[in-house]
Amino acid sequence: MGIIISNSSSVPIYEQIKEQIKTKILQEELTAGELLPSIRSLAKDLRCSVITTKNAYEELVKEGYIKNIPQKGFYVKKINLEIAIEEQLHKIEEHIENAVKLAKQNNISKKTLKEILNIIYEEEKENE
Amino acid sequence: MNNALEVINLSKKQGDFELKNISFELPKGMILGFIGENGAGKTTTMKAILNIIKKDSGTIKILGKEKNFEEEVGIVLDDSFFPEILTPHDINKIMKSMYKTWDEKMYEKYLKEFNLPKKKEVKTFSKGMRKKLEIITAIAHHPKLLLLDEPTQGLDPIARNEVIKLLQEFIETGENSVLLSSHITTDLEHLADYIIFINKGEVILDKTIDEILDQFGIAKCSQEELEKIEKKDCMKIYKKKYECEILVENKKEFQKKYKGITMDKISLDDLMLLMIKGEK
Repeated sequence: MGIIISNSSSVPIYEQIKEQIKTKILQEELTAGELLPSIRSLAKDLRCSVITTKNAYEELVKEGYIKNIPQKGFYVKKINLEIAIEEQLHKIEEHIENAVKLAKQNNISKKTLKEILNIIYEEEKENE
Repeated sequence: MNNALEVINLSKKQGDFELKNISFELPKGMILGFIGENGAGKTTTMKAILNIIKKDSGTIKILGKEKNFEEEVGIVLDDSFFPEILTPHDINKIMKSMYKTWDEKMYEKYLKEFNLPKKKEVKTFSKGMRKKLEIITAIAHHPKLLLLDEPTQGLDPIARNEVIKLLQEFIETGENSVLLSSHITTDLEHLADYIIFINKGEVILDKTIDEILDQFGIAKCSQEELEKIEKKDCMKIYKKKYECEILVENKKEFQKKYKGITMDKISLDDLMLLMIKGEK
């Protein structure tokens, strides 16, 4: 399981860990019932503090992606993919809304906006 | 017992210098980092915790106990050292007779891992090698609490990385805890769960590392912009020739309130500088 942490990013480290594990669950790289590395071994391997990995796991528990079985560890929960993807779509809408607002403020046309979207989408595809 | 270490209202007067009502806790399984200027009181606090210097008042609880904890504590102080003529092999023999819990296998495993020659006298060792030997020796009698004063000082980045890994392994089971001081604050950013900032013998900040790195920020603005910012939103203000730096406790809220002001990520170095040099 690969997790990549950027120390220069403005995104908090616990959030980087959380989002990457979430992506792996949504893309079914991590499957229901799978045991995650312990808070402490993950901290050691990522060279970050225990409190950081603990925060990341606690958030994932709160959001319903993983569960904690005391004395055993953290397991990937069976999630409803449709609902999870719905949530992600909702997030995407928010981002696009912001982009549209910014475009309107600066008189940028819908056509230009669509072009930008196309370019970025294709670029990201190449990067995958 | 959920705290490996509890320090309650520790005070000590030593000449001009005074530790004033130092209080903090180190939960079991965690790493706590001490930061502060030279002479701020980090080493004095550690020595008072260990009863190397006598405290004037206050309570120290190590693993829930006020005394008889010596066997369960590992120590590396800045001015501690092994006699020059000993070899790691000799040290092994001495420690074996001193500690019931001495783990010869672990000691030898780490000697190998850190490339420390068993049969060479300590006087031939570099500063970094000595430090590593001290840390290994402190760990190999299976203490539950490690106290390290400047463990990474004088080590190159590779050796520092090895020490960090060693400490993370040490706390991996969740049973062991570490208190360390360091000037190399980037090491603490990767390692410590809690940060205690000591200045002039007082604790001036007690936060988790995530609270500091994720919530604190440095706002940068001009003199004119500074006048529009309410004082209560600034922890500290540091005026420089071309810009003002403001230490901000909650960068998200600050950015919401004052749009368009540059907000930088904070490092522990920045935090120390602003806390000490900044004005309120």
